[in-house]
Amino acid sequence: MANVHLRKLNIELGGKAIIRDLDLEVEPGEFVVLLGPSGCGKSTLLHSIAGLVEMASGAIEIGGRDMSEADPSERGIGMVFQSYALYPTMTVEANMSFGLRIAGTPKAEIRRRVARAAGMLQLDALLGRKPAQLSGGQRQRVAIGRALVREARVFLFDEPLSNLDAKLRAELRRELKLLHQALGSTMIYVTHDQVEAMTLASRIVVMEKGRIQQIGTPAEVYERPANRFVAGFLGAPAMNFIDGMLDAAGRFQGGAIGLALPAGTAGRATGPAVLGVRPEHVAIRADGPLRGTVALVEPMGNHQVVWLRCGADTLGALVHDARVFAPGDEVGFAIDAARVSLFDPRGGARL
Amino acid sequence: MTPPIRQPALERPGVPPSLPPSLPHPLPALPSQPVRTRTRRRRPTPARIGIYAFLATAALFFLLPLYVMIVTSFKPMIEIRQGGILALPQAFTLEPWRQAWSGVCTGAACEGIRGGFWNSVRITVPSTVLAILAGAVNGYALSFWRPRGAGLLFGILLAGAFVPVQVMIYPLVRVMALAGIFGSLPAIVLVHLIFGMPVMTLLFRNYYAGVPHELFQAARIDGGGFWRIFLQVMLPMSLPVIVVAAIMQVTGVWNDYILGLVFAGRDNLPMTVELNNVINTTTGTRLYNVNMAATILTALLPLALYFFSGRWFVRGIAAGAVKG
Amino acid sequence: MKTARIFPRIVPRLSPHLALLPMALTALVAYLGAALWTLRISLTGSRTFPSGQFIGLAQYQRLFDNERWMLSLHNLALYGVLFVAACLVIGFLLAVFIDQRVRGEGLFRTVFLYPYAMSFVATGLVWQWLLSPGDGIDGAVRALGFAGFRLDWIVRQDLVMYTVVVATVWQAAGLVMALMLAGLRGVDPDIWKAARLDGIPAWRVYTRIVLPMLWPTVATVLLLLSTAVVKLYDAVVAMTQGGPGTASEVPTKFIMDHLFLRSNVGLASAGAVVLLVPVLALLAPYAYARTRKEAA
Repeated sequence: MANVHLRKLNIELGGKAIIRDLDLEVEPGEFVVLLGPSGCGKSTLLHSIAGLVEMASGAIEIGGRDMSEADPSERGIGMVFQSYALYPTMTVEANMSFGLRIAGTPKAEIRRRVARAAGMLQLDALLGRKPAQLSGGQRQRVAIGRALVREARVFLFDEPLSNLDAKLRAELRRELKLLHQALGSTMIYVTHDQVEAMTLASRIVVMEKGRIQQIGTPAEVYERPANRFVAGFLGAPAMNFIDGMLDAAGRFQGGAIGLALPAGTAGRATGPAVLGVRPEHVAIRADGPLRGTVALVEPMGNHQVVWLRCGADTLGALVHDARVFAPGDEVGFAIDAARVSLFDPRGGARL
Repeated sequence: MTPPIRQPALERPGVPPSLPPSLPHPLPALPSQPVRTRTRRRRPTPARIGIYAFLATAALFFLLPLYVMIVTSFKPMIEIRQGGILALPQAFTLEPWRQAWSGVCTGAACEGIRGGFWNSVRITVPSTVLAILAGAVNGYALSFWRPRGAGLLFGILLAGAFVPVQVMIYPLVRVMALAGIFGSLPAIVLVHLIFGMPVMTLLFRNYYAGVPHELFQAARIDGGGFWRIFLQVMLPMSLPVIVVAAIMQVTGVWNDYILGLVFAGRDNLPMTVELNNVINTTTGTRLYNVNMAATILTALLPLALYFFSGRWFVRGIAAGAVKG
Repeated sequence: MKTARIFPRIVPRLSPHLALLPMALTALVAYLGAALWTLRISLTGSRTFPSGQFIGLAQYQRLFDNERWMLSLHNLALYGVLFVAACLVIGFLLAVFIDQRVRGEGLFRTVFLYPYAMSFVATGLVWQWLLSPGDGIDGAVRALGFAGFRLDWIVRQDLVMYTVVVATVWQAAGLVMALMLAGLRGVDPDIWKAARLDGIPAWRVYTRIVLPMLWPTVATVLLLLSTAVVKLYDAVVAMTQGGPGTASEVPTKFIMDHLFLRSNVGLASAGAVVLLVPVLALLAPYAYARTRKEAA
């Protein structure tokens, strides 16, 4: 279990700057998730921590030692790839032990480590099989097992669940969380799936275009997003955004929607602002101060998403009871002013 | 055949954007090269020097004959007799080329190898057109319609491509003699069609196997029949494979020796046969410069085709050589 | 489409079959039929023309009593082993080295593959010139000062087959390289990363991981090279004419000479049938593997 410290990291590929001036501190035993859309640089960042990609400038420290120039096999890390990268002509047992055999680890030690990893991942029955004979979930476990036997201090995961179907993904997600609880190792995990990020992370690092947008616990990132990008990226259905004006008295007016905000919500800012409110904080109540027309209803089983048109804006609202709405219905609704976020229309920063 | 890979994500590390896309059609796009060397220090490691040394040496070995061919063909015979096969021409001359093209004796006549050139053209063009058509129809029928027994026929066809032509040659000679066409242009074109069919069919079948079957089903629902779908839907989509097939068939027919020798007849001998006659059956002094000029002339068309269309050439090899 | 209106049901059903008629004729008549006819002739006493007189396996006996035929088989075996081995090794090495992200990769590939675009005849003629004693390479090397250098393999009965090996390997190694390179590029790049992380040196990745993965490519290459060995004809005719004497005789040349020059069609057909045996032996496991794969 070791910490990972990135200082002023700059990574360029093909002349283009992918990662710019990045600082990140990962504490020992943390489960940090690098979350962001395709092309934001999260995978590149992970590969540079592993030593598979050169950095243009900056420093990488693992376990207190400078690893900026070290070979990937010397960094004390284990890595799990999106495509599993299992050696197809070797058995599961050989896949897991190959690196150890090359390093000259004594046979007894190899057996012990393989047995331990196989036990933790329920691979004991599969040790003699080849990757082609395994299911997707089993292959992914073998890939994790291969990283485990290295007894690394830091584990890196590069979108390991993307190749699995939804049900299997949820299952393995839970297993990964249990694994982290059992091992307590430092884990850095890359994904574009915000559900994975929310459920697995002790802290989430939201990235866009090579820069960190926000670092925080899942609750922090969800409830107090630092900017509009983070606000829109996390949460499904996505946050509603309403353009409008903020006056000196702390009241927001955007189109047909007016809202009095609690003191201190936006600091001392006045002028144009974007109001962000999550669908679960839009309540459809007959006595609500605002009025809207139902445009679309999406039943989800245990809840419904009701889309309301209010003036020029469309808002999503989450309804947890069994009320029935039809398109065209006029309803009243309320916005929980204590849970909204305000953003600067230029730049998107939180006000 | 090879393990399937997915398209690498945009941000995949280790992808130098300057790598030329060289992979043939059946295989996915160029995957990221393994990032193996950390070139922090710009000085090349001994391993990389070794790699370039090996490749350069191999390149010299491969280029040597071409160099010697070209250089010899521009020298007068005096210079050649003085020795020094690797030396550049001192008295540069185009005379060997003129002689090779219009003066050397190929059997009875002494009109140069240009007769063979035009013969080869007259053989290659119809052979290629017919073979491509046959291959396209066969590949189309095999991919989408799959009539009963077609698989077995295709298997026999493919097996025949591996069998030495000597197994079939004499009966074919007898049949053509009986039909009265032996030793004529139609005979050699027909023979090239027969022996070119396996590779052509394979190319088109593999290509059409990559076309989504739903496209074909949509066309059938729209009311298309066998020929209509082929001519109006599939064939227009086939330009890439037609280019590859044309390159392969032109190269194969132009470079052929044995079939031309046996079936073409004295008036239609292709360039390769005449070249061999010129060089290996002359009595008296051997004019090496003329011989090399004649050899270059014979090899010129497929070489030019190769140098101008390298990517398609490679696709043809991989698509044709990879049997399924 | 008038016929379609008159026989609206029949013609569409028949169209695929009719369209495949040329393929059927080629496969059944030109390939299978001709091969069977050759087999039949090999069982007769035909000389210039096929005769109806069955003599059983006598031609085969005469064949294997024939010194020239036995020499041609011996030459082919020697040639085959050397040719296939050299092509595989050189082609694989070239592919591996080119795969190392070298600059000028396109140029190297072009240089290694262009010989394949030349005809066997042209190749044979050029190498005949290069290897001719006195005028060729050995003259040039002597002129450079190495007075005792001799490269006269092409006129020596015991060494001439090696010259054919050199010329044809020069032609075919590029093809092997192209196929191997395609196979190498198909390897999942994440496997390289995983191996790097495991601290496995590059050469071991090639031997223990990549090469076993390339087995299907290697099998294909082996099949192509082996059948090319059996078919060897043009290069020998152009380069050595089977000489000196009969030192570089190969089975295909034996067959062709006896068919058209020495008027012994029966003997030649027997030779052709014998030549068919290794080809079928090579094809059988391949076909078997493919039908099993398609059934799976």
